[in-house]
Amino acid sequence: MTTPPLLKVDNLQVAFRLHDASGRSRRIEAVGRGEQGVSFEVPANTTVALVGESGSGKSVTAMALVQLLPRNAECAGRVLWRGDDLLRAPPAHMQRLRGHEIACVFQDPMSSLNPVLTVGEQIAEPLRKHLLMSRAAARARAGELMAEVGIAEPRRRLDTYPHQLSGGQQQRVMIAMALACEPQLLIADEPTTALDVTIQRQILELLARLQAQRGLAMLFITHDLGVVGEIAQQVVVMRQGTVRERGTVSELFDDPKDAYTKALLACRPRLDERPRRLTVIDDLLADESSGIDLPLALRAPQADANPRRADDDDPVVLQVDGLSKSFWLRDGLFGRSEFKAVQDVRFTLRRGHTLGVVGESGSGKTTMGLTLLRLHDAASGPLAGRVLLHGHDLLALAPADRLAMRRRIQIVFQNPYEALNPRFTIGQTLAEPMAIHGIGIDAPARERRAREWLVRVGLDTEAMHKYPHEFSGGQRQRIAIARSLTLSPDVLVLDEAVSALDVSVQAQVLNLLKDLQDELGLAYIFISHDLAVVRFMADDVMVMKDGRVVEHRRTETLLAHPQDDYTRRLIVAVAQRPGPASRRPAGAATS
Amino acid sequence: MRDFASTSLASTLADAVPARRTDGVWRSAWRRFRRDRTGMTSLAIVLAYALLIACTACGLLAQRWQDEVGVPDAPPSFLRSAPTAPPGAALPASTSAPAAADVDISDVDPLAPRYKEWNERAAQYHARTAPIAATLPLGADRLGRDVLSKALKGTQISVSVGVLAAIVATLIGATLGALAGFFGGWAGDFVEWVYNVVTAVPDILLFFAFAAVFGRGISTLVLIMGLTGWTGQYRQVRAEFIKHARREYVRAAEAIGASASSRMFRHILPNVSHVILVRMSLMVVNFIKIEVILSYLGLGVATDQVSWGTMLAESQSELILGHWWQLAAATTAMAVFVTAFSLMADAWRDALDPRLRQ
Repeated sequence: MTTPPLLKVDNLQVAFRLHDASGRSRRIEAVGRGEQGVSFEVPANTTVALVGESGSGKSVTAMALVQLLPRNAECAGRVLWRGDDLLRAPPAHMQRLRGHEIACVFQDPMSSLNPVLTVGEQIAEPLRKHLLMSRAAARARAGELMAEVGIAEPRRRLDTYPHQLSGGQQQRVMIAMALACEPQLLIADEPTTALDVTIQRQILELLARLQAQRGLAMLFITHDLGVVGEIAQQVVVMRQGTVRERGTVSELFDDPKDAYTKALLACRPRLDERPRRLTVIDDLLADESSGIDLPLALRAPQADANPRRADDDDPVVLQVDGLSKSFWLRDGLFGRSEFKAVQDVRFTLRRGHTLGVVGESGSGKTTMGLTLLRLHDAASGPLAGRVLLHGHDLLALAPADRLAMRRRIQIVFQNPYEALNPRFTIGQTLAEPMAIHGIGIDAPARERRAREWLVRVGLDTEAMHKYPHEFSGGQRQRIAIARSLTLSPDVLVLDEAVSALDVSVQAQVLNLLKDLQDELGLAYIFISHDLAVVRFMADDVMVMKDGRVVEHRRTETLLAHPQDDYTRRLIVAVAQRPGPASRRPAGAATS
Repeated sequence: MRDFASTSLASTLADAVPARRTDGVWRSAWRRFRRDRTGMTSLAIVLAYALLIACTACGLLAQRWQDEVGVPDAPPSFLRSAPTAPPGAALPASTSAPAAADVDISDVDPLAPRYKEWNERAAQYHARTAPIAATLPLGADRLGRDVLSKALKGTQISVSVGVLAAIVATLIGATLGALAGFFGGWAGDFVEWVYNVVTAVPDILLFFAFAAVFGRGISTLVLIMGLTGWTGQYRQVRAEFIKHARREYVRAAEAIGASASSRMFRHILPNVSHVILVRMSLMVVNFIKIEVILSYLGLGVATDQVSWGTMLAESQSELILGHWWQLAAATTAMAVFVTAFSLMADAWRDALDPRLRQ
């Protein structure tokens, strides 16, 4: 490329100054390690993807480019925007630049939009500020932009407030705002992460289309390598504040040089194969440190043609028949209306089997899981159907008998940062369920068991006296799993249990779940929006939409021959993501 | 076997030496608190007050605050030149008979023969009046009582009234707030209705009403303030419980079978305790001020007791005569304590709030 790049990041380093417990100030390196900083370029009319897991410094890098870092950040190096060094630009200059030449789209559209201003006002704001448009002209232009980002009835929607729009529409509005002043560079920080799978797909397509139409340069930040192939031409892989690998999409996917990139590519479950276990990043990085570079194919556990077959003769542990759950909605002063969250769900779960439950947010899959455990308030709405666990109807149990039932069916929640009591040590957290159910003779016996479970889920016994905030997301999820298992349940409901985790950590937790299932014969109800993960875990899949089951079949059959239209859309949304084996040729993404 | 307890690997690892204990929430809060210099200074002041109050309560200090130890309105000792007491005020304590008259009228005085007898009899009594000082360290009030002792005793009463009332109000407010926030529904509606009724009446009117019913005294004051002051604590605890009851860790506790009371008090309460604690310390400050106002208005402590409020009420009339020391003593004692206590509460809030951790 002969023309100079639009944006050139040269040896960027960012550190945060923090005060630790003893009052000394510490420097935490967020981007760059030691002398080595981050360098990459964004040429005009090109999409560069910045890929990395949480803590890799990718978002900090992006915020450093536009100088939106908190006060305690210290930057070094150079960020050249068409020759000007942005790190040394005066604040007024940056303010003119932001929104005008460089625009940003953030992860969570709901919290990025101002809830008390209408969507139209928010899109018009940059127009009036940067382009000095009149009120009427800005409004007209806002309408055009809304149409351009694919919002139906843009005129009417101009006067709506953010909460009246769906998540996908909100993200479209954010994009419209970003594009309002015709920027040359769009920084998109995980713009699809908070959205449903099918909506993600639409937003990605929209961004790719706009990038091609307008000749934008785009810096696309994501943790998901799968998305990258679709939208980017160049990729920068970051880990722990440094760039691990740079290259075009085809170079990176065909022939990854760096062990970490290889691991990232390998550890994500895929739709087209079902390995016995997932590759874990540590496996591959261990090779790197030992200096032996085995070919990926040798290291990666091979797709097991014959995984532990879920046997149809296994005893039935849970039989659900006509399960329905409604919520009362307030209607006027005294009236109430019924909202049917789950309708007529039926399935049979055998020992050692996994039932995958797939659907988008609002499809009732989480409500279904909570209903099985009776975690809803009785007053919240009517409940119907039968849930037979070893022949006892859970829904007909007297409150006094429910405690015994709780032992047999347990749940692991989505958010590992929320599910543990922050004021309990891990030891207390693990001992509590045993104390409630009278497992173990005395406290020391329970503590011993708790230690065993910790070891079992792959944690150190040192953890016993620590508090949840001292652990990473993956470790906390292991603790939550251990807590459920202390009761030796037969059925474990996993409600989006790995959705909040990084890909590599996700692979580890999924492997752990598989091992536990093999060893203890657990039956899982695996609720997820991610078909690839469900494919890895589940024997049967149930697809839910608007509270109803639209399809329920064997995983392989369902993926190979989806009957329902909605299922097909879900599969397409995932399947089009090129993995390393089936990616589009580079450059095709723009067309 | 699903019980893997026997697997050797697990048990070897599990029997490892007990690990180092990480700091609990309170310990790490204390570590953060110690770094706050203002907080530590105010804590030292509050502790000094606590010590004084303990001594006063045990009778080691200011036990005889009601004694007339100085001349009325004696000035503080450091003001030697200040208005000296009028000569007539300091009557020498005399036990002798009236001085001999200029004119001898003993021959016509029918009582003359008995004077001697009376004098002898009078000499047998020893009136033990303490010497009355012309000045006192912080001066004296209208009745010659030591202002320093009064201030000490007043501190004891005012602070203990404030603290006790804050405890009563916190108990009421936190319990109702926890119930209303956790259960919601009709129980929540009912408590909310009570709350609305109580807050709809102006506070001062409630004070008058309660005072009229219960009469004066420390316990009345504590009750009045406890029964009227719980509303703020209630709202805050209720909001916290509503928020926490929906959080996943509470749901997870329900899933493992924890009872409602266990979820409320074992799980949620420790997580909102810092809110309650800080609110309570702010209430202490507020109640001390209210006590002062009520005592000033004559609704406060009983007449044979002293508090900062009664001292202020007395000093109103003294001030006209230029006797400012009682006012100064009471206000200084109060201002120092209230300021130190507020600063300490602030520092605690900063130390306890996990969101401010950095």
